[in-house]
Amino acid sequence: MAKPRTLFDKIWANHVVRTEDDGTALIYIDLHLAHEVTSPQAFAGLREAGRKLRRPDRTLAVADHNIPTTDRSKGIEDPESRLQVETLEANVKEFGVPYFPVDDIRQGIVHIIGPEQGLTQPGMTVVCGDSHTSTHGAFGALAFGIGTSEVEHVFATQTLVQKPAKNMRVTVKGAPPAGTTAKDLILAIIGKIGTAGGTGHVIEFAGDAIKNLSMEGRMTVCNMSIEAGARAGMIAPDETTFEYLKGKPYAPKAGAWEQAVQYWSSLPSDPGAVYDTEVELDAADIVPYVTWGTSPQDALPITATVPKAEDFPDPDRQAGIARSIEYMGLTGGMPIQDIKVDTVFIGSCTNGRLEDIRAAAAIAKGRKVASSVKALVVPGSGLVKEAAEAEGLDKILIEAGFEWREPGCSMCLAMNADKLKPGERSASTSNRNFEGRQGPGGRTHLVSPAMAAAAAIKGHLADVREFLA
Amino acid sequence: MRKFTTFTGVAAPMPAQNIDTDKVIPARFLKTIERKGLGKHLFNDMRYNTDGTEKEGFILNQPAYRNAEVLVVGDNFGCGSSREHAPWALSDFGVKCLIGTDFADIFFNNSSKNGMLLIKLPKPIVDALMEDAKLGANARLTIDLEAQEITRPNGEVVKFEVDPFKRHSLLNGLDDIGLTFKNKEDITSYESKDGSSRPWMPSLAAE
Repeated sequence: MAKPRTLFDKIWANHVVRTEDDGTALIYIDLHLAHEVTSPQAFAGLREAGRKLRRPDRTLAVADHNIPTTDRSKGIEDPESRLQVETLEANVKEFGVPYFPVDDIRQGIVHIIGPEQGLTQPGMTVVCGDSHTSTHGAFGALAFGIGTSEVEHVFATQTLVQKPAKNMRVTVKGAPPAGTTAKDLILAIIGKIGTAGGTGHVIEFAGDAIKNLSMEGRMTVCNMSIEAGARAGMIAPDETTFEYLKGKPYAPKAGAWEQAVQYWSSLPSDPGAVYDTEVELDAADIVPYVTWGTSPQDALPITATVPKAEDFPDPDRQAGIARSIEYMGLTGGMPIQDIKVDTVFIGSCTNGRLEDIRAAAAIAKGRKVASSVKALVVPGSGLVKEAAEAEGLDKILIEAGFEWREPGCSMCLAMNADKLKPGERSASTSNRNFEGRQGPGGRTHLVSPAMAAAAAIKGHLADVREFLA
Repeated sequence: MRKFTTFTGVAAPMPAQNIDTDKVIPARFLKTIERKGLGKHLFNDMRYNTDGTEKEGFILNQPAYRNAEVLVVGDNFGCGSSREHAPWALSDFGVKCLIGTDFADIFFNNSSKNGMLLIKLPKPIVDALMEDAKLGANARLTIDLEAQEITRPNGEVVKFEVDPFKRHSLLNGLDDIGLTFKNKEDITSYESKDGSSRPWMPSLAAE
């Protein structure tokens, strides 16, 4: 009998174009997503070498990082941001690349719109010049971020030179308690394995707590695989996946659908497949989480206290903790719930989908944002925004004192006008709490959308379970 | 790509763990459409005060390290964003080689595509090289990729492992795309086989 294979092994094998003696492989890329920040130098490289795009029919470009989330009728004010978006628009025209313009309802964050359009499908290889490409692994695709040289390589050849990754399985068994969401699961996982825990591996997330997540929740989990250092994160495709895809614009149409589902159903890891690394968590132990420091691994239950540097034996780690506490303006030992916030950001490729906005609105309904807090909700795409408005979620949020914005990456990385001022502190549903990530000197606490809404109302990091009674 | 040749240069110690690519080059400097000129923003927020003056304590602002060509770094350097602007900024500053216990995967890949050599070594050896680097301008390391050797200031030689494909590309300054084009027929044959086995795959069109 053939050796049992993992989901990753199968997708890898299906995409090998050729293998060199040392194991280096040329792998085929099924879908290439591009945005304005990491593509200009790649297009310039093609131009200089007189090369064309090999598969424009498997490429989609969109501007998301630099675009304003307020009134767009006046265009982009910042000249550098404007130049980057205009450069993308000129490049897609010159090279014949499919593109969703800024005024198209389908425009949005690249990792929101791929799945939304049904472009991301099980068994595919998906790349983008963006580390959060791991999001697409939620569909049982092998999806990973690449640099600009590799973007150019995919443009020109539709392939990449890669070495196979190691397999890691993270099993979250059982059912999570009330108030715990996909975001809390992934923060707990990163807190456990650390920000380099997945280096060299592709993580397959498994177990009942993962299987019972919606596609939106699965995308949140896979999105932050990179925050654990993994090359990619993935989840076996199942009925939830197929149900989500059915009827999406680029999903297989009737006739081809059955054939596709049959193929997709062959992808989950075989029983007895061996993983290089195994990690197990019990969902019952995972309460709402929050990060206190400047690395996503600095994740703790909301009921915890800020750690003290002296509690860590490793001197390098101790120095890191001390530096984080100083940057974040905290005191070791203080309760996390005593941390006041100035800004609340709900959005990003991690938590900018309809389910996330529903979760925030459920907490906000009939309540008011604290007067000391500026709170903004930035839908992940024009279609997410439209769907949320159809449900009246915008009205609930605006009534509670949230700002309702146009779609984009926004305050996740502060390349547009949405940013923290030095010393300002946010509760944010994004993916990185690095120093200066949301603006120079800004301080970020990562939370779920419901926890973000709770923080907006209380004016400090708060336990969302108090709102569930 | 520039060929990687043997050199002797100053090594700067950067022992902090998890130096992410947002620290190497903050997002607000990614608005360029060029590869060049990012060296002045390398480690921007660690290196400069908000008024643009240099932070005295930062290692690369110290006279001995202003021309560092090697960085000896803490664990998991380059984690986070896939921005190739990070290796572009390092390379533009003049860094040719980084030595650490482990690097984030995407950063590692991106660096080798820009002619930079990233060397992974066990913790005790990195610690010893970190001590060498603290010697300032006397902390000159010789990096020989051909022989896969680092020569320490005291003359001791440290061997290192490197992926044979990456070594070959770095030594010869090879362009990956040019190499892949040699296998164009394999790509075409993959596409024709795949086209018939997965006929449902999406097809986009420019509007």
